[in-house]
Amino acid sequence: MTTSSTDPGSMDAQTSGNGAKPGPMLAADGTPLKRSLNRALRRQKLRALMLIAPLLIFVLITFIAPIADMLFRSVRNEIVQETLPMTVEALKSWDEETTELPDEKVFEAAYYDMFLAAEQKLHTRLGTRLNYELTGISSLFRKTGRAVDRFDTDKYVDDFAALDPSWKDPATWAAMFANEDIAKALPQTAHLWQRWTDFLQTKNEDPAKEDVEPFLFTSLYSELMAGADVSGLSPRLEQAAGAVKTFTPVSIEQQFIDADKDWGNHEVWATIKTYSPAYTPGYFLNAVDAQLTADGVSARPENEQIYGILFKRTIFMSITITLSCIMLGYPVAWLLANLPMRTANILMILVLLPFWTSLLVRTSAWKVMLQQQGVINDVLVWLGIISDSGRLIMINNQFGTIVAMTHILLPFMILPLYSVMQTIPPTYLRAAKSLGATNWVAFWRVYFPQSVPGIGAGSILVFILAIGYYITPEIVGGTTGTFISNRIAYHISSSLNWGLAAALGSILLAAVLILYYAYDRIVGIDNVKLG
Amino acid sequence: MADTPASDAFVEFERVQKSYDGETLVVKDLNLSMPKGEFLTMLGPSGSGKTTCLMMLAGFETATHGEIKLDGKPINNIPPHKRGIGMVFQNYALFPHMTVAENLAFPLEVRKIAKDEREKKVMRALDMVQMGQFGGRRPAQLSGGQQQRIALARALVFEPELVLMDEPLGALDKQLREHMQFEIKHLSDNLGITVVYVTHDQTEALTMSDRVAVFNDGKIQQLAPPDALYESPENSFVAQFIGENNTLEGVVESIDGNVATVRLDDGEIIKCKPVNVSKPGERTRVSIRPERVEYNKERMSDDAHTIKAEVLEFIYMGDIFRTRLRVAGNSDFVIKTRNAPDQVRLKPGTQIEIGWLPSDCHALDA
Ligand SMILES: Nc1ncnc2c1ncn2[C@@H]1O[C@H](COP(=O)(O)OP(=O)(O)OP(=O)(O)O)[C@@H](O)[C@H]1O
Ligand SMILES: [Mg+2]
Repeated sequence: MTTSSTDPGSMDAQTSGNGAKPGPMLAADGTPLKRSLNRALRRQKLRALMLIAPLLIFVLITFIAPIADMLFRSVRNEIVQETLPMTVEALKSWDEETTELPDEKVFEAAYYDMFLAAEQKLHTRLGTRLNYELTGISSLFRKTGRAVDRFDTDKYVDDFAALDPSWKDPATWAAMFANEDIAKALPQTAHLWQRWTDFLQTKNEDPAKEDVEPFLFTSLYSELMAGADVSGLSPRLEQAAGAVKTFTPVSIEQQFIDADKDWGNHEVWATIKTYSPAYTPGYFLNAVDAQLTADGVSARPENEQIYGILFKRTIFMSITITLSCIMLGYPVAWLLANLPMRTANILMILVLLPFWTSLLVRTSAWKVMLQQQGVINDVLVWLGIISDSGRLIMINNQFGTIVAMTHILLPFMILPLYSVMQTIPPTYLRAAKSLGATNWVAFWRVYFPQSVPGIGAGSILVFILAIGYYITPEIVGGTTGTFISNRIAYHISSSLNWGLAAALGSILLAAVLILYYAYDRIVGIDNVKLG
Repeated sequence: MADTPASDAFVEFERVQKSYDGETLVVKDLNLSMPKGEFLTMLGPSGSGKTTCLMMLAGFETATHGEIKLDGKPINNIPPHKRGIGMVFQNYALFPHMTVAENLAFPLEVRKIAKDEREKKVMRALDMVQMGQFGGRRPAQLSGGQQQRIALARALVFEPELVLMDEPLGALDKQLREHMQFEIKHLSDNLGITVVYVTHDQTEALTMSDRVAVFNDGKIQQLAPPDALYESPENSFVAQFIGENNTLEGVVESIDGNVATVRLDDGEIIKCKPVNVSKPGERTRVSIRPERVEYNKERMSDDAHTIKAEVLEFIYMGDIFRTRLRVAGNSDFVIKTRNAPDQVRLKPGTQIEIGWLPSDCHALDA
């Protein structure tokens, strides 16, 4: 019986006759003890997992997955690539550091993309997206979307038709690109034709009956001009290839600038290029009042910075609310913990009473109480403390939000405090006094430290609830008392900038986690007691 | 009852009454005075008001009526923290968030004693209870007996002249308890402090105290040194409460100075010492200690009163034999005899004759 092991199972193992030999401890049936222990535990764990499985699946599907997806939106940015694929490709060779506009190739690509996007009505969505980064792009896109239809490129249609009227027949095109050699020789036009017919089919229209749009002729012209080798493929094409040089070219760049002179603005192109990758830090930069421009990250202009202020305000007000809850809740909890059970229970009902009324009702009640023609002002005027003209503004500002939220969150402070204080026997205070401490010293040195876990639990609860609170600041916050969550809600439901909302939400989540971590570091999370 | 003159009394209760609810008196007319350096134990059944008395002395409850004096000065209006009374609580009440050393330093800190002086005193107090190396631990990391010793050290570290202890050993096992009883007694003797000790363990009271106050029903039933308490109880409550006792019920026939004649309920006439009876015709309870009853003819003294008895049960208890008898109709009559080599072991069913001295037999109130 001499093993150095301190494993609690060693006694069992030794009785199996495997005693003094060092090495893995064996169970009665000869399997290593660790393994049989693990097997026994695994069964327990499986059973536990099965018990929580329904809830786990429910939470995963309805809560965690949507949230993860939502947070993921904060970096997703495929929309530019998807809407303007050719432009994004063409812009790669453009150096945005120069003051020059992109070359004609880029404008051409933008023309094709814009035309198709406008037909699919996708250009406004992209306009809205890019407008977050550069104001004005939204209207630019809308205007251009209407204009691409009327570009002077229909001149090419006439030019080609003059060579051979069958060019105007969609059947000609369909037949032409059915030939793989032609599709290979004219890759861009073939690709565009493909996109175009795909689009028509999704609209349940027959490509054979629709007019061939000018942009296809433009692409064909451009490819033939670039010297696409079509010899021997089709007489009609060969004829066109020979003739294109005689056509008067149309400057697409000019067409764009005629549609809206902003297309001549270097910044517009720089923005499109900057936001062309599928993932972007743009929303996050936006959320911290910065922006990603062609020259890198920079702060937004002073008058456009709002999120920094909002974050600071949210944290400041949440801390204020938490502190007020401690100040108001501590004495109440103390009283509750030191009263006889019956009285304490009655008072406890009063503490819990707010939970039984709707949040909206409580918040609205504060509106009635605090407004300028409200109860408190009326009473103060009636008492002569303030004059009728000097009624206090207590609502629709930070004060109102702090008052209403302190009231609403107070039970979350009192309950953990109460349950912790209940476990502190009154003899500690007596002991301290018998040792010579005054009431205050006895409280501060002996009682208070023991109630800190309750303060910790209450503060974490209140602070985390407060930092994400939405309804109350919305109703009583006015403009100066709103929280970051109100802004998130605005971006979710009004401005529809979900990416930014997701970025703000992620930052908020990170802030809470960091605070939680800091709290764990400083106070220790095991020090948090709910009872 | 107060057999020490009031002039040098250190602690004094004068006609103290206490009621919590205004309907019943928890403490009724308490009079008590203690000289400096005395070890006094309050002993009594649960709910008899012992803790209440202690709390009044410590200042956590106020007397409803009467006066409590400490060193000749009334203390009713002195707040608890100025009374300078050390106190050991039933559950120790060591502050869980402080280390042992911090617990001990607490009373010194609030008295604004300089740091090095403080450390010296804490060390000395820890050594006193042989806990020198435990200063850095938290109370939760100590065993019950160790916590108890720390509680004691904390109550003594600021050198109070009066220390109150409320059932400090209640939670300990028998062995540790006996060890601690000895240590507490030893310490209090060495330091010369005045101790008021509360317990409901009578052995504890008898072994530790200079005097014991037996509480019942809010009153002190008897206040006397342990031996007097045991050997001459003043009433049947004390006789029953302290130690084991055989009682025989009867009526007083006559009282003649130091001898009372009692006719027991089954007709037997015995002689005893009148303690709590005054006139013939009164009902009485006669009490005899089990170890004062003898059945060995050779050891019985000549003036012993003898009576017939039937052996019902013999119990071997190691150091002693305990024999249950039927005597004068009482089948719960117990005698205890030392386990000596020549001692006879009585067999159940045998008829014997037992005897005792009339002076060991007390006629008390019924
Ligand atoms: N705070 C209180 N409020 C009301 N009644 C009380 C209070 N404290 C004690 N009592 C009552 O006073 C009586 C005496 O209580 P006390 O605590 O003095 O008894 P005790 O002799 O210390 O008993 P124990 O040996 O069980 O500790 C009991 O009947 C108890 O119910
Ligand atoms: Mg008690």
